[in-house]
Amino acid sequence: MILKEIHVSQISQAIEELSIRSNYDLPEDVVASIAEAARKEESDLGREIFQLLQENASLARTKRTAICQDTGVAVVFLEVGQEVRIVGGSLTEAVNEGIRRGYAHGYLRKSVVGDPLLRKNTGDNTPAVLHTEIVPGDDLRIILAPKGAGSENMSALKMLTPAVGAEGVKKFIIDTVDKAGGNPCPPIIVGVGIGGTMEQAALIAKKALLRPVGQRSPLEHVARLEEETLEAINKLGIGPQGLGGSVTALAVHIETYTTHIACLPVAVNIQCHVARHAEKRL
Amino acid sequence: MLRINTPLREEDARKLKMGDKVLITGTIFTGRDAAHKRIFEALQRGEELPVNLRGEIIYYVGPCPAKPGEVIGSAGPTTSGRMDPYTPATLKYGLKGMIGKGLRDQGVVEAMKKYGAVYFVAVGGAGALLAERIKKAEVVAYPDLGTEAIHRLEVEDFPVIVAIDAEGNDLYAEGRKKYQKVG
Repeated sequence: MILKEIHVSQISQAIEELSIRSNYDLPEDVVASIAEAARKEESDLGREIFQLLQENASLARTKRTAICQDTGVAVVFLEVGQEVRIVGGSLTEAVNEGIRRGYAHGYLRKSVVGDPLLRKNTGDNTPAVLHTEIVPGDDLRIILAPKGAGSENMSALKMLTPAVGAEGVKKFIIDTVDKAGGNPCPPIIVGVGIGGTMEQAALIAKKALLRPVGQRSPLEHVARLEEETLEAINKLGIGPQGLGGSVTALAVHIETYTTHIACLPVAVNIQCHVARHAEKRL
Repeated sequence: MLRINTPLREEDARKLKMGDKVLITGTIFTGRDAAHKRIFEALQRGEELPVNLRGEIIYYVGPCPAKPGEVIGSAGPTTSGRMDPYTPATLKYGLKGMIGKGLRDQGVVEAMKKYGAVYFVAVGGAGALLAERIKKAEVVAYPDLGTEAIHRLEVEDFPVIVAIDAEGNDLYAEGRKKYQKVG
């Protein structure tokens, strides 16, 4: 078999570009979703806030500056084709080198502390949180999703009992959003992972945030749960920035995974309206 | 729309009411998690702070670095709740205003009522726009904290909303009540 060689310097280069692009350019689907929400919002103050968010995203794009000062922890998803051979050095180091350069050259904030208890800033926003998956093919797909802490801090995970079923899941999601109130910078996108094990539920909840905003699950019963949960969340009254209104969430995205006969893990990963991600294939 | 200039006297702080839209002009100071921890510890030891914050407004922000020729990078508010454990002490000391985003605890609200202080919110995630209202920025304390260092900012018509006033009225609670639908 002929392997496709990818040099680590190409990976660093791509990560550098994606760090900057993701922090300056809000994805078009997010922009469109905010514009649509602005039309639905009942509160005058809420509509003013939506207007500001639209102006802000547009200013960041044209001025080439960060949409939000919290340029996040760099969460990197690598889908490595099994026919790809990475040459020239360490893959992890190549990713971190890209982050280091992107966050320096893009004038992005360095928000990472090295030890969670000692809390000294690493100074270059490394290391990234890196998730690597081996997939068929000869492509290397890189997705970079800077994750801000305001919304990450409002996320939650719970091991439910199977007896509570879909209603129990829905209640846990709504309670999590309710408790978060205005803290995670609503309007939010709610990423949910149901099933798997504890860590798998959290990982698929994060991946659910990468979907185009509002795209429904292909599974009918899951799509229905997404719609019902979104409707219930938007009745909470939290609204844009938590100051009251009819749009608290832009979407609920649910991913599921097989699980143990005794388990029903549910992870709720909250994303603020600055739902950033960018990708590149090598 | 109201216009205020800093510093803020207690009587001015007490005049501001929940829901007021305010444009702030003058000097404000930045401070978030790490700086608050140091301020709190200094106050506990009875030390003078490296900057006089009596009558001042503190902005919970860790800005992005400035590009060459610019004043500051993106500079929107961070979640205020993390500063709650330190806040009653800073209000007792004489701080009169806070700018952030999100909910505050009862301890903060009680201290605001007691000492006459106001909690403003700026729009979270609008850091590029808010940076345009910052005309000067300079680190004045704890430079080792990087983005978390205390910066002195000169702002012009910096747009905020009174979220909690000195009587304890809370826009987060009131706003929600208005749009909550039971069902």
